[in-house]
Amino acid sequence: MERLFKFLYYYRASFTFLLLEFFCAWLIVANNQYQSTKYFNSSNRVVAWLNTSAQNIREYFLLADINATLSRNNAMLLNKIEEQSQRLYRMQLHQRPDSSVEKNFQYIQARVINNSTKFYKNFITIDQGQADGISVGMAVTNSFGAVGKVKSVSKHYAVLISLLNIDNQVSSVLKRTGQFGTIQWDGTDPSYIDLKYIPRHVIPLVGDSVVTSGYNAVFPPGIFIGKIKEFKLRDEALFYDIKIELGQDFGRLNFVEVINAKRKAEKDSLELITIGEPR
Amino acid sequence: MTRSNIIFFISFFAYVIAQAFLKKLVLFNSGFCFLYVAFILLMPIETNNLVLMLLGFIMGFTVDIFYDSLGLHAFTTVFIAYIRNYWLSVITPQGGYDAGAVPKISEQGLQWFLVYTLPLVFIHHLVLFLVESAGTLFWYSMLKTINSMMFTMLVMVLLQYLTSDRART
Repeated sequence: MERLFKFLYYYRASFTFLLLEFFCAWLIVANNQYQSTKYFNSSNRVVAWLNTSAQNIREYFLLADINATLSRNNAMLLNKIEEQSQRLYRMQLHQRPDSSVEKNFQYIQARVINNSTKFYKNFITIDQGQADGISVGMAVTNSFGAVGKVKSVSKHYAVLISLLNIDNQVSSVLKRTGQFGTIQWDGTDPSYIDLKYIPRHVIPLVGDSVVTSGYNAVFPPGIFIGKIKEFKLRDEALFYDIKIELGQDFGRLNFVEVINAKRKAEKDSLELITIGEPR
Repeated sequence: MTRSNIIFFISFFAYVIAQAFLKKLVLFNSGFCFLYVAFILLMPIETNNLVLMLLGFIMGFTVDIFYDSLGLHAFTTVFIAYIRNYWLSVITPQGGYDAGAVPKISEQGLQWFLVYTLPLVFIHHLVLFLVESAGTLFWYSMLKTINSMMFTMLVMVLLQYLTSDRART
């Protein structure tokens, strides 16, 4: 027994090293799973405060840019409303009271306070949290297209898993042909993303739009992701290798909308009953 | 608590805050500055391995909270803290180190400092990028590693010249 203790003491540095490294490895693996470790990330209050002040300084210099984007969006939305109300007017539907129209998707506006595009696994922190009705698994978009989904929330902040994260897969559809595929980032260039699992018989074209499919009910269907930049079909490959140019510059993300899909729980529980636990 | 301990305590927070702001500063899409490694590398030469690893773990863990990559930086920093003392004993200059020596340019000279830090920073960055990408994307990680190494080294050496001058006056 004494010799055992001596042995342990003699190699204490190596043992501590192994212990710490195993602990870290466990943390890395545990953190890779979809939702875990709520407290040790940038939705922590102190960290978020520091990030907010850094972002405030940066935003000050970008104000002109942000204003231009916002006013452009505003104009676009006003046009859309006008168009819709014209249509509704002809159909005599506009007299229905607002409250009788059920909203499937509710939008919550949020500001990005921390963001990265340069790592393999990128996350975005926003300044809205549980108190504002955000919960884990909600989709996040802005006027240029899909942004990501909520990974963890604290009271006033939330961390999103960005589209630019090699672990994040989003079900999507080739708008022109209606073929389903999966969007996944390859970890290199932040302005391009890969579309996978488009089978050989489909004929994609450069410039085709790719939008979300709405199958996983995280994203509403039809949210823009990007346009096909190039594609190739290797011999004996089952699927195309398609590169997609993203609709937005993730490096300049400022304001986003979190989407609360009201019927997601209903759909999920129905699927759980019929299909069973998702894998 | 001695004077040097207090200085280390303050410099810990200085490194963390600097790192939090450096997160945004990425050159050519692949050059990162992980300045916080200097906290471990610039510890006095006689520092115990165990103390180094614990400090490395705390430093890495704190940086991880900012980078949303729990365990990643802690893993690599503990690794660097472990091999640092072995590397120091390999490159011992003739006559050995003085008692209480610090591995800084002002004491050991620029050439020795580069021999000491370059491999360690390289290993740190390579391990970091490889673990982050789970072993895939080797050559892209290598590119990132070399770019980031140059960036980190540049900032580290410049900071050495800036701070050591102030200490002398």
